[in-house]
Amino acid sequence: MIELENISFDHCLKCTVCTVYCPVAKATPLFPGPKQSGPDAERLRIKNPELVDDSLKYCSNCKRCETACPSDVRIADIIQAAKWTYWRRRTRPRDFLLAHTDLMGFWGTALAGLVNRAAGAGVVRYLLDIFVKIPKERPFPKYSTSTFKRWFRDHGPDPSVHPDQAVYFHGCYVNYQNPGLGRDVVDVLAALGVGVRITNEKCCGVPLIANGYLDRARKHARHNIEGLARAADQAGGPIVTASSTCAYALMYEYPGILRQDNRAIADRIQYLTRFLAPRLADRPDVLKTPVPLKVAYHAPCHLARMGGVVDTVEVLRRIPGLDPRLLHSECCGISGTYGFKKELYPIAQDVGADLKEKILAVKPDLVVTDCETCAWQIEFLTGLRVVHPVTLLAWSVRGGASSPV
Amino acid sequence: MKTIETQVAIIGGGVTGAGTLRDLALRGIPAVLVEKGDLASGTSGRNHGLLHSGSRYAVGDPESARECIAESRVLKVIARHTVEDTGGLFVTLPGDDPGYADRLIRAGRDTGIEIEEIPVSKALRMEPHLNPAITRALLAPDATIDPFRLTMANVLSAVEHGQQALTHVEATSLIREGDRVAGILCRDRKTGERFAIRSRMVVNAAGIWGRRVCQMANLDLAMHPSKGSMLIIDYRVNRVVINRSRPASDGDIIVPGDTVSLLGTTSRTVDYDAIDDLRVDDDEIDVLLKDAENLIPRISRTRALRAYAGVRPLLAASEGKDGREISRGLVLIDHETRDGLAGLVTMAGGKLTTYRLMAEKLADYVAERLGVNRPCETRQAPLPGSEKPVPIRRTSKKFTGVSESVVGSTHYRHGERVHQVLGGEKANFALVCECEMVTAGEVRYAIKTLGARDLIDLRRRTRLGMGPCQGGLCAYRAAGLMEELGAVDADTALTMLAEFLEERYKGVRPVLWGDGMREMEFIYWLYEGLFGLGAGDGSQTETQAPERDVP
Repeated sequence: MIELENISFDHCLKCTVCTVYCPVAKATPLFPGPKQSGPDAERLRIKNPELVDDSLKYCSNCKRCETACPSDVRIADIIQAAKWTYWRRRTRPRDFLLAHTDLMGFWGTALAGLVNRAAGAGVVRYLLDIFVKIPKERPFPKYSTSTFKRWFRDHGPDPSVHPDQAVYFHGCYVNYQNPGLGRDVVDVLAALGVGVRITNEKCCGVPLIANGYLDRARKHARHNIEGLARAADQAGGPIVTASSTCAYALMYEYPGILRQDNRAIADRIQYLTRFLAPRLADRPDVLKTPVPLKVAYHAPCHLARMGGVVDTVEVLRRIPGLDPRLLHSECCGISGTYGFKKELYPIAQDVGADLKEKILAVKPDLVVTDCETCAWQIEFLTGLRVVHPVTLLAWSVRGGASSPV
Repeated sequence: MKTIETQVAIIGGGVTGAGTLRDLALRGIPAVLVEKGDLASGTSGRNHGLLHSGSRYAVGDPESARECIAESRVLKVIARHTVEDTGGLFVTLPGDDPGYADRLIRAGRDTGIEIEEIPVSKALRMEPHLNPAITRALLAPDATIDPFRLTMANVLSAVEHGQQALTHVEATSLIREGDRVAGILCRDRKTGERFAIRSRMVVNAAGIWGRRVCQMANLDLAMHPSKGSMLIIDYRVNRVVINRSRPASDGDIIVPGDTVSLLGTTSRTVDYDAIDDLRVDDDEIDVLLKDAENLIPRISRTRALRAYAGVRPLLAASEGKDGREISRGLVLIDHETRDGLAGLVTMAGGKLTTYRLMAEKLADYVAERLGVNRPCETRQAPLPGSEKPVPIRRTSKKFTGVSESVVGSTHYRHGERVHQVLGGEKANFALVCECEMVTAGEVRYAIKTLGARDLIDLRRRTRLGMGPCQGGLCAYRAAGLMEELGAVDADTALTMLAEFLEERYKGVRPVLWGDGMREMEFIYWLYEGLFGLGAGDGSQTETQAPERDVP
């Protein structure tokens, strides 16, 4: 019997709207859908843990089901918890590598030249495909030669020159793969009179949760809660992050599946566009340079789950000259590390096929999305360049120099 | 008029009648059973499914306690696929007499029931949601048993030995030949067909309804109807049977049963005329919830699925006793000796746990009267599905293309017969009821092999419609499937669907609040709003919108 603190399955009316919105159930008959795998099966698993279904592994934890649920059932949490409570299996070395973004990031940046070249080499990918079960078709994101943390330590602007301060949780992607996005965040906040502090953060824990390393994820959660709370006290301001999934983890996965008390930070975390939207409304003048581009905007699943899409849309609409086209998009399919697993890769690509059609129909100059893994998937699917909304803001704030146009 | 010739006619398809049908089958005595409703639709199916260890009776009724412990040991083997050997706890709450536990331990020693005291901390580890304030905890060999599947398995075994079981068939009168009974006249309540069963013996196993059978022979049988109400919780909040360690009274037990937990029980005297339409009173719900909350505090935060009442078939042995104080012992009434009427025997009293013993005594009596000299075999012969213990995991591996929870749930319900239920075509894997994982194969099996004639029958054989949505999302699929399989025609399917939903609603109404209320509202929209069920008998033309003046 499980620890029954999350008894939200008891509220399920069996209306099945979650399964209608499940991108995986739509793509494959192997997954019976969130209703059956979540609230329905939970009663059975409580009765007898042996009734756990192998098909739980197909859930990508995109949380579209929770967004659709009219009864506030934590469907994805129930499935994730069941996966790691009842459904035990051999952990693959691959899952260890995908889960530990900090470790991989450390070596990836230290040996960036070698790692990036190897990750692009056909023979390496062929071997990885066969022995590690990482599909050879899927491109790896490139590691940066230096980390954002190091840049911030050496070149970060002094936050105390600004009237306000915020703590920035940059996340692994910014740190190891795209420090430029971190610099964009720092510049946009500076333009609005907000100085940035960072902490000695660890991975938010999402890839650890997705691969069954719940204990380590809990450790990271405690470390981050403590560090961010202390920094936010010193800054006297909010905690912001530009990764929709990191934001979701800090706010909801910590008290949810990880059962960590995050009250010290919960009310102070904001996804970046929510923080920016009212400030940009007050100071439209900071967006001084037009960005005359037609962009297709894909709303990531976890941002939708937080109700944050509206803020990003508002921010995009404030950029002068920008022609944002909102896609009626569902999941892109990659779901973090899900699309990097050979057995799940075809499902991820089937899920993403619909989004690809929608993007190509718009014929955009660029694609915009808040989530780094969505960006990888969309670049792979369409061949188009994908940027974060904050990058567009930074182009407008800084002036033409760094803009691609 | 059609006449069926047999040796024995059994009136009543409860567990006693079913057990007797089987017992006679194993002794080679042909018999036909008639049941006015469905198998286990009376008292047999309206209890909390406890396989009594006898502990509950050990202090006050040692005779019943001894019967219980002996029979429960037998059933844990011969009916293993309908039993879950959960174990049971007797817990003392602050304010309860702690001396009762000592009396219980002593009584257990006297009656041969293994009752032992365990540390409270151990009890709380076994049962994490138990009230942490308990002061003492005793472990007893209680278990749970599914009365529907138990009754069906008995009938299935009998039918496989050549017996007949006719459901929805009522006995309208007894055939008298001088001072002996020579059979019964019957009527099929679904088709209206009338026929006769001629037999050398008639067995009255109608439980509380047995008084009416006796009245057909102008005999009196003083019954003492005592109503017991129970409440079902959406999921299992406990894994072992939790009893309150005090003399039997209202609301002193929580039984884990299949996917749910059952809170029991009240005891109220009712008029004999009320036994066909028992209602759960509002104050009974309050008592059950409040007392259960004392045992498991979180109960009040869970969804109550439904409430129902059963009636104890107690013989009025002496006046003025409360339903609980009358012995649960079984009584065989030989009408030849008592009333000078040969060919009729009545079995009354007893309880689910001792059904096999009752059947054995009845069959002994019948066999002796018929001059058959074969001993009872039901003490050893396993029921269909219970032949040998097979772990769920091993069964799951035998099927591909269907999830573990589906195979596991089917295996749980039908034991080794899972291969007949799911084997063959892949179409058998299609899910009909997603709350309880009932497949198209199981629906087919319930109709073809277990004799389901309508949706309510189907529910008793499969658990279809017993989950949180109470049939809302599966009843229409099942009705369509029954029509496809030729069990009913299309018009009957619609009536049957409406009756099924009404039957479900009757049980939900007493607990209509919170999530259960939202659920019912949703189901109402679905059937009345979307499907138009209840908008007419189907023969009407579309209703016209009333004419209105357009301003």
